[in-house]
Amino acid sequence: MALNQLTAHEIVSLIKKKKVTAYEVMQDIFSQIDKVDNLTKAFLFVNREEALRQAKEIDTKVKNGEELPALAGVAVAIKDIIATKGIETTCGSKILKGFIPPYNATVINRLKESGAIIIGKTNMDEFAMGSSTENSAFGPTHNPWDLERVPGGSSGGSTAAVAADEAFIALGTDTGGSIRQPASLCGMVGLKPTYGRVSRYGLVAYASSLDQIGPITKNVTDCALVMKVISGHDNMDSTSVNLEVPDYLKSCQKGIGDLKIGVPKEYFIKGIDSEVKSALDRALKIFAKLGASIEEVSLPHTEYSLPAYYLIATAEASSNLARYDGVQYGYRTEEYEDLASMYQKTRSEGFGSEVKRRIMLGTYALSSGYYDAYYLKAQKVRTLIKEDFDKAFSKYDILITPTSPTPAFKLNEKVSDPLTMYLSDIYTIPINLAGIPAISLNCGYSANNLPIGLQIIGKHFSEETILRAAFNFEENNDLEKKRPSIKPAKHMEAAK
Amino acid sequence: MKEEVVIGLEIHIQLMTKAKMFCQCSTDYIGKKPNTNTCPVCLGLPGSLPVLNKKVLEFAIRTSVALNCKINQVSRFHRKNYFYPDLPKAYQISQYDTPLGINGYMEISLSESKEKRKIGITRVHIEEDAGKLVHEGDIASSSYSLVDYNRCGIPLAEIVTEPDLCSPEEAQIFLVKLRSIVQHLEVCDGNMEEGSIRCDANVSLKDAKTGNLGTKVEIKNMNSFKAVKKALQFEIDRQKRLLAEGKKIIQETRHWNESKNITISMRSKEEAHDYRYFPEPDLLPLKIDLKITDEIRKSLPELPEARRKRFIKDYKIPEYDAEILTSSKVLGDYYEKAASSYSNKKVLSNWIMGELIRYLNEEKIEIEDSPVSPEKLVGMLKLMDEGLISGKMAKDVFEKMFKTGKDASQIVKESGIVQITDEDKLFEVVDKVIKENPGSVNDFNKGREKALNYLVGQVMRYTKGRAKPDFVFKAIKQRIKE
Amino acid sequence: MTEKIITKKEVEYVAKLAKLEFNEEEKEEFTSQLNSILDYFKKLNELDTEKVEPTAYVISMPTLLNNDEVKPSLLQKEVLHNSKYIKKDYFKVPKIM
Repeated sequence: MALNQLTAHEIVSLIKKKKVTAYEVMQDIFSQIDKVDNLTKAFLFVNREEALRQAKEIDTKVKNGEELPALAGVAVAIKDIIATKGIETTCGSKILKGFIPPYNATVINRLKESGAIIIGKTNMDEFAMGSSTENSAFGPTHNPWDLERVPGGSSGGSTAAVAADEAFIALGTDTGGSIRQPASLCGMVGLKPTYGRVSRYGLVAYASSLDQIGPITKNVTDCALVMKVISGHDNMDSTSVNLEVPDYLKSCQKGIGDLKIGVPKEYFIKGIDSEVKSALDRALKIFAKLGASIEEVSLPHTEYSLPAYYLIATAEASSNLARYDGVQYGYRTEEYEDLASMYQKTRSEGFGSEVKRRIMLGTYALSSGYYDAYYLKAQKVRTLIKEDFDKAFSKYDILITPTSPTPAFKLNEKVSDPLTMYLSDIYTIPINLAGIPAISLNCGYSANNLPIGLQIIGKHFSEETILRAAFNFEENNDLEKKRPSIKPAKHMEAAK
Repeated sequence: MKEEVVIGLEIHIQLMTKAKMFCQCSTDYIGKKPNTNTCPVCLGLPGSLPVLNKKVLEFAIRTSVALNCKINQVSRFHRKNYFYPDLPKAYQISQYDTPLGINGYMEISLSESKEKRKIGITRVHIEEDAGKLVHEGDIASSSYSLVDYNRCGIPLAEIVTEPDLCSPEEAQIFLVKLRSIVQHLEVCDGNMEEGSIRCDANVSLKDAKTGNLGTKVEIKNMNSFKAVKKALQFEIDRQKRLLAEGKKIIQETRHWNESKNITISMRSKEEAHDYRYFPEPDLLPLKIDLKITDEIRKSLPELPEARRKRFIKDYKIPEYDAEILTSSKVLGDYYEKAASSYSNKKVLSNWIMGELIRYLNEEKIEIEDSPVSPEKLVGMLKLMDEGLISGKMAKDVFEKMFKTGKDASQIVKESGIVQITDEDKLFEVVDKVIKENPGSVNDFNKGREKALNYLVGQVMRYTKGRAKPDFVFKAIKQRIKE
Repeated sequence: MTEKIITKKEVEYVAKLAKLEFNEEEKEEFTSQLNSILDYFKKLNELDTEKVEPTAYVISMPTLLNNDEVKPSLLQKEVLHNSKYIKKDYFKVPKIM
């Protein structure tokens, strides 16, 4: 097996044991990027020289017998919505092309302190608005499992990079499912932490009360490792919670015979792909075998989470994106007569249509006369959705659902069935509204080799529990683990 | 129609913390090179987040308490959204429905009637300041503006009064007292030229008989308390004239033009702003428990009212003097410093209210920068008490002290203008003058008091003003008798 | 046929607030899109939320407050770095009106 195909945990161990050098590992990563990134188009920017230099530094430390930190030598890909000092940060948008932040996000500093090496910035839906990475101003990313399909979004680039072994780990962001859904579509592990668990300082804001940064990894062990590094209170983020960070890796490894699992019935209605349904059923049987109890539960306000989410997220986004006006940084239109026309042309030319649509919706929802009817109403419904989960968690430790109602769909082909489109939002959005943590991991494959994801949801600050459940499932999921082909589907060639 | 004037004020004060409101850049931005006093947070760079400076909260509570406000136990931040180049995030973090302080008041005393009036304070809230725009050329012909973000994020407290003020004079009295209070609280330096205090006003005319309120007009761009008084007066006259002509007063914002002494309508530039206020998601609500408020109330620095009463009681100076000396904190500090080493508090007060303030105003120097320190002033007064210089000479000495910064004894020594107190020497001159002016002596003997003055004048001429006047008077009388 | 919740004129007003401009075709498209979305949002009215508190913050904890300490600011060149519309020490913007 090539070095790039290993996990972060394995690589750190090999480097520490001097079986490999960090430099060789990094070279192998870049040879994989050279081989496949023109196909996946996961990366927007690759930091080759600097990464190799940092790898050499790790090797020097090893030579000097210095103690190595938790992620020493691990190549990490960063979603281009997270500020990296001296490295262009575009958020997948024309309006930030060329913007170079003079500072690092807190999570970046924490990764660097842990010895991880940032190898590049990954593609995404513009300003995190989308679920396929087709809304990027710089072209879509392709799913390594079938290059004609989407990797999911908005963290499509980060997920594809890890799935194609172009990086060991990646950071994505999740406002309405943008870590979990691509993880599901690409067969990876993706975790959205509890709101406030991970610092948002340096995360370019989409919806401030919903956004979270989280890890995208090849397995649960790596996920736990990264969570330990990036979690924790930050003095630069007033919404980051001052709670101790547990040893996630350690707690993973306990059994789950004590777990009470709830399965929300509102998630299993018509519109779910039959292969997804059977993969879920099979998975639940495994949990039962491991000793967990499984029962149906109701989250009665589930269907209202969609309008509530879109009102709250777009309202906050319309305010967060108002700063993109061409004055201080980023794109500025070439021709204008005065300030007003400069603002209008810059923003209209710089933003893509999905972003503009959401800004319009959000602006309307907050405008005078409509605030109570829309924004305030949505916040009240948010309370009801949160209470649904609180009630469920008074009886159950975790909830299990599919992450996505279908496997990856084709590029340029929005899913046709409106019910399916509806479900694809419903599975992930309520979790963000409630601010609770959830992890997606692979639980099977479709007949045409596309990954199917399982979502485990926990109550506030119960990352330990959901990681433990995920770890145990992963260990006992006796399904042959497949690798993505990084080729277009064979039938395309046959059709020719 | 008989009209009553209704005025409300909206005052912004810059809080004198060391660091800005939501980041740790310095608040000492005046005179700094543009765009050198900023960071990702106050620049509103993508990904930045605000964290509240605790001193800002403390200063704002102090201000609210001193203005007798009720402190809201839960106080939230809101975003005020609008586009302008000096506002990098395109929203200002401010407060909307739950300001820090509400329902307060401040007492003012009207100068002529000595009547005391309670002016209601509707609210006190905190918000961040914006940057500065520099217009190249004049505002009409310039094709571009320049932006400096140094001032972004400076903490402001906004104080809104009830429409309880009845005249431009009252407005000015209110502002002077408010400035004095915030200076004494040590939350703001009150320097209107540097923008530490800014004031906008709302003015309307009420029908005195029916009590019907008139249309409110907002006045902006007044850069001094004097300008506030002038602008309000102009606006009141303008509105009265319109009503007399049977015309309607339009609700609008008007700018005060200092050079032309008029208010100008900004209606064409005005667009009803829809600020789309919503709770700031990046900052959790402030929970202010009563214990903190009580602690702050107990540890308030001495307020001007209390200081005034203390000056009257302890220094036994009249109310008029005390009022002036406590009108600004630094002036009161100056007086107390001097008073700590000089017993005649009234003489001290006279000199400060008289010569000192006169020269400071003429040279446009702030009292903190006075070339005559409290110690130096006391030094001069002591020379006067010792008889080395007369009262008249003292005025010259003071002027020289002010212009050169030297102390009194040095100046007296250098210019050799020590008062002559040597009696023998003085009698010599007196004898000389009497000999030279027999006519005047005769006149005096005939009962003309004025002649004595002439003789004294002659002595002063010979001694170049250095003779001690009352001694000269006595000496001449004595000699003439003999 | 869904009744119009938002008119084209309102769309133009919202666009002005958001500092966006659209051509006629886009305005028509937006008006109908927004109308469908807002029509769907009517769903929220099915719920009686009179006695429900809005969730503005999913977490509850004491306010984070920083000490009144000064830390170094960015260098001017770091601040001006991201724009080519600079005049000496300042950002340059077109006149207001």
